[in-house]
Amino acid sequence: MHEPSPTLWPIGFAIGVAVLLVGLIVDPVLLGSIGGAIAIVFGALWARDATSELRGRPVAIEPERRQPAAAHAVAPGRERFPRSKFLEGTTLGVGAVITGLVAVPAGGFALLPPFLGQKRHKVDLGPLTEFAEGQWYIATFMVDPSEGEVSRRTAFLRNNGNVTIGKSQVPSFTIISNHCAHLGCPVQANGPSGAILGLKTLTETTKNGKVTLLPVVPAGFGCPCHGGQYDTEGNRTAGPPVRALDRYSFEVDNGRLVLLSTYSVSHVDGTGAQAKIHKYKETGPGEHVDGVEQILYPLNPPHH
Amino acid sequence: MVTRRRQPSRAELRRARMQQAIDFPLDWLEERSGLVGGVKYFLFRNVPGDTNWMQTLGSATLTAFLVQATTGVILAMFYQPTPHDAYSSIQNITDHVTLGWLVRGMHKWGASVFIILMFLHMGRVFLFGAYKYPRELNWVLGVLLLTMGMAEGFTGYLLPWDQTAYWASVVGINLNGTAPFLGPWLAQFLRGGQDIGAETLTRFYSLHMLIIPGAIFALIGLHLYLVIRLGVTSPPWSKQAAGMETDEAPNDLRVGLTRPAARGAGGSE
Repeated sequence: MHEPSPTLWPIGFAIGVAVLLVGLIVDPVLLGSIGGAIAIVFGALWARDATSELRGRPVAIEPERRQPAAAHAVAPGRERFPRSKFLEGTTLGVGAVITGLVAVPAGGFALLPPFLGQKRHKVDLGPLTEFAEGQWYIATFMVDPSEGEVSRRTAFLRNNGNVTIGKSQVPSFTIISNHCAHLGCPVQANGPSGAILGLKTLTETTKNGKVTLLPVVPAGFGCPCHGGQYDTEGNRTAGPPVRALDRYSFEVDNGRLVLLSTYSVSHVDGTGAQAKIHKYKETGPGEHVDGVEQILYPLNPPHH
Repeated sequence: MVTRRRQPSRAELRRARMQQAIDFPLDWLEERSGLVGGVKYFLFRNVPGDTNWMQTLGSATLTAFLVQATTGVILAMFYQPTPHDAYSSIQNITDHVTLGWLVRGMHKWGASVFIILMFLHMGRVFLFGAYKYPRELNWVLGVLLLTMGMAEGFTGYLLPWDQTAYWASVVGINLNGTAPFLGPWLAQFLRGGQDIGAETLTRFYSLHMLIIPGAIFALIGLHLYLVIRLGVTSPPWSKQAAGMETDEAPNDLRVGLTRPAARGAGGSE
């Protein structure tokens, strides 16, 4: 083991390179060649010096002449507030503060956005007159046209006609989400649709992009993924789903049908306008909303 | 008879000088970093004499992971993690980018190879009893690696953004959602919101190519550290002691790396 011997040759080499660079601008022929020559000479000396060990020359090493530093005279165990302890503490403390300053915003940014500011959009499905009474439609629409086709959703809906509430006539719709209550696959209508019935698919463009209404005569709904089956009110009749299909709440705005938000349903008694829907706050697929199992899902993330 | 020391021939001198030219940079590096010794310590370990081909499954798994990492980096140069462009960028990789079909194929099929090799390696460790004292911690690390590998499979599956990818991810995320208590929160975190969409794709991309691979690299480092520290187990039928250390004094660090260990230095004898 040895220290590399100190050498001045690299400095001469650097001066040569500097002169060469200046010379390239000022006077390439004269100054440039002088700089080049200096760089070559000192470079060669430097290389010769650096490789002396490789070429088997003994390396002259100056002996260490400095005096060893006098040990700082502090009796061990005497200090009441040892400096090393103080420095250790401040290093850890300052490190913790800096870590916190970085980790809190970064962690918050990583974890919070999915749970905050979840917007629920209204969906305009068009004028009420389009929906023939008693006819089922498969409606597709974009929840948020700014996101594009990825926000396209499907619902099964039927106009139940008007019902009398108090003294007024109120339109009634059955609007069922196609998200399977098992694991969220797209539920299909079990029955003929569209041209085979001799009925046309209605399309129109609202603020929710291109809305399509495909007439269908369903005997029920079925999921292609794991075989969950539902009746036309969305009640589970077979397979793995844990509850009935979710539904959309709606309002009539200026004679147009507007979907609001979805809610979960344990089961439905009766049919159509007379149906008694057992409503719950919207929960994810596969989550029980009633029975003993509901204690497994005490708190759902904020939805909207 | 007078014995005289034979003069070294020109060929021998040339070999000695060449040896010196190889040793010099290695010595330079070793003196300043200890890396030469470190690499030797890592690679030239004593292993039981009756190790088995089965004990190469761990290295095979590592190789499969490195293939995934390499091909993944190349795919990331062409892939676009947006709902509008994801599928068309995959089509572009497959149909138009030079050798893109090959790199994507390696990544796609290599993913299955990686998972299968992890299970085979785990089976070997189990059947050889190599998880027993003092190697329990390495089994735990291996289980974490297996979990991370599965998470890579899950997040990578969404990226082609076709119907299979989309609905498989819907089902997979909702499966997480059915876990008691925190399940719905985990599902919403994975979706990046209430519904699967653009946010889901970008976050799966980030998890798939940055967060989980980083965790896997770190875990592999710890896994290998323990393998080197604890040594390789003998097969169950072995008569030898496992991971036995020799009493030999540490020899020249270069032996075995640039010089054959059995022959003399410089080859002059």
